[in-house]
Amino acid sequence: MNIAPKSSFVLNRPHLLGIEGLSREEIFGLLDLAEEFVALNRQIEKKRTSLRGRTQINLFFEASTRTQSSFELAGKRLGADVMNMSVGASAMRKGETLVDTAITLNAMHPDILVVRHHASGAVELLANKVDCSVINAGDGAHEHPTQALLDALTIRRNKGAIEGLTVAICGDIMHSRVARSNIILLNALGARVRVVAPSTLLPAGIERFGVEVARDMREGLAGADIVMMLRLQRERMNGSYVPSVSEYFHYFGLDEKKLAYAKPDALVMHPGPMNRGVEIDTIVADGAQSLIREQVEMGVAVRMAVLEALSRNLPNA
Amino acid sequence: MMLSDRRPILLANARIVDPSRDFDIRGDLLIADGIVREAKKGIGAAGVPEGTEVVDCRGMIVAPGLIDMRAFIGEPGAGHRETLASASQAAAAGGVTTIICQPDTSPAIDDPATVDFVLRRARDTAIVHVHPMAALTKGLEGMEMTEIGLLKAAGAVAFTDGEKSVTNAQVMRRALTYARDFDALIVHHTEDPNLVGDGVMNEGEFAARLGLLGIPKAAETVMLERDLRLVALTGGRYHAASVTCAESLEVLRRAKDSGLAVTASASINHATLNEIDIGPYRTFLKVAPPLRAEEDRKALVAALGAGLVDVIMSDHNPQDVETKRLPFAEAAPGAIGLETMLTAGLRLVHSGELDLVTLLRAMSTRPAELLGLPGGTLKNGAPADVIVIDPDMPWLLDPAELKSKCKNTPFDEARLQGRVLRTIVAGRTVYEYL
Repeated sequence: MNIAPKSSFVLNRPHLLGIEGLSREEIFGLLDLAEEFVALNRQIEKKRTSLRGRTQINLFFEASTRTQSSFELAGKRLGADVMNMSVGASAMRKGETLVDTAITLNAMHPDILVVRHHASGAVELLANKVDCSVINAGDGAHEHPTQALLDALTIRRNKGAIEGLTVAICGDIMHSRVARSNIILLNALGARVRVVAPSTLLPAGIERFGVEVARDMREGLAGADIVMMLRLQRERMNGSYVPSVSEYFHYFGLDEKKLAYAKPDALVMHPGPMNRGVEIDTIVADGAQSLIREQVEMGVAVRMAVLEALSRNLPNA
Repeated sequence: MMLSDRRPILLANARIVDPSRDFDIRGDLLIADGIVREAKKGIGAAGVPEGTEVVDCRGMIVAPGLIDMRAFIGEPGAGHRETLASASQAAAAGGVTTIICQPDTSPAIDDPATVDFVLRRARDTAIVHVHPMAALTKGLEGMEMTEIGLLKAAGAVAFTDGEKSVTNAQVMRRALTYARDFDALIVHHTEDPNLVGDGVMNEGEFAARLGLLGIPKAAETVMLERDLRLVALTGGRYHAASVTCAESLEVLRRAKDSGLAVTASASINHATLNEIDIGPYRTFLKVAPPLRAEEDRKALVAALGAGLVDVIMSDHNPQDVETKRLPFAEAAPGAIGLETMLTAGLRLVHSGELDLVTLLRAMSTRPAELLGLPGGTLKNGAPADVIVIDPDMPWLLDPAELKSKCKNTPFDEARLQGRVLRTIVAGRTVYEYL
């Protein structure tokens, strides 16, 4: 059985490289399409055929479990042939450059490349060298568009709308692609965005992103509808960004006490993988206000929506 | 060598600009026996020696050949990127008659034999003059000073660690003190490597939007401040290799006002481009120090106009596909510039930001004075290093037509106005635009 989706939304561009540049209509189009896949994914029969015959390659230059499996499942449920390629840093050191890899894969005629890379702008560089559609699955500290879309879908399903909500994004803003994509998307949809971090983890010029900036959790979480925590890489301790895990947790880790600064019905999100006891306390992560598991579910639906919307644009579609 | 003949040349009916003496007339310039014979009205009418090549330069500018105070050449060690020969071809096409090459080669130019090698190699293969700067510290390691006296005697025109900063203040102090006895000029790249850290572009909103780690302007000003305190302590002769931001200009102004022997260069990139030009991660615009904000660029051009910044240099740094066709953070810094320095500089003249004489002075007369070279002037008897410029000719830069072995130009496919029509080195025409 193959029921065509009700939404006929087409993403009118060859690639999804970032949230930057997407219109409100495009964002809503993707979210509405994703809603249909949420329902589909809860059925026993989850298979669609809209990507039948298409080849999707997940090209990950940076290790990832959840994003890669989410994209893999999304592609398979739409009927694509999915191949996973994990290119560790060591393989790159053998001398093949990113562009060489792109050209090599391109010769195999994939229809969609899903790419994650540790360097900002790398996915765009690769997209310029191939003929297929490219989806950015995270590039350096630049963008992670499907994460922002799945966050938006999760928020919308729980709060009804995004416009007018206060969203506090907390933690390592400087190194976070999730923060950048979310700031752009939430601003585009009319949310009030606040970033909360020690000054060492805020990039210079952040105040020009249309966000409020807070340096402590009490101020930052006051009146928040959504508290979005970011992962703190342990390497940051060595780079003199923060002195220690315990000091960071003391001031910026989300525990029940700090969560109480937010609205009583505030909801907690985290893109994963979590560092329990570093940026988030286990009780909060697993508590009643947590949307973290739902984010993972929405992830598959959003990625199906992106794949579907881009594939409607592919040649011979 | 393009044309080996050394007939006298009369550049007739030109606008002759000699920034060494605020000389700007319409007239003729006669070149013979490798020197400038005379520049005045009516030489042609009065009769020229038999066999003189007479070039009608109506509407054109005749100026001293440019002296590029900072060019990185791959020889010795990285000839696949640039040789003295290919760099000199690029220079000639850009109106540069003297290249000052940098010591960060492989091996580094840190002993007299390597200076000698470069000079001999240039004599045999290059079509413009080449003078090396020697390393300030052995192996460019910032630990022990080089043989400043012997290197200078061998022909090194100044001392620098190229794109590296000497972080050890004691080493810098000693080098400044010792160099003073030889009247040697120390040229220093002012970027504190710890403050640069993993940064790859100017710190601020645009770096944050691109998700790139920023380099604060303080990385430059901290090092420059330190150096100028050491200059005050030692009385050495010091030249800041590449100042880029308004804050550095303030630091420089204070030092100059207090009478220190301090001068500075700005690269043509920083004078004509800003951080926004990086756009979608264009690695050809990744340079060190990084391109700054538009306010900084404007301040830099104003400082050039006021003479606070003395020199404009190309910062020519050839990088190939291997080092540039990479994600921005992983790409090597550097842009070629020998061929485009003058044309890009003319943008400032056309936009009214800088007058022509000041531009040409910063590219010829001032470097000659600082380095003790004979060029940078059109006085009678000066070496006949002369260029003819069409200031208005519009053209589109096609990287394939560049003479440099590498094509990493930030002016890739840019619309440009003005170009060099003829370059004369020691009385010989080494380049003609046809």
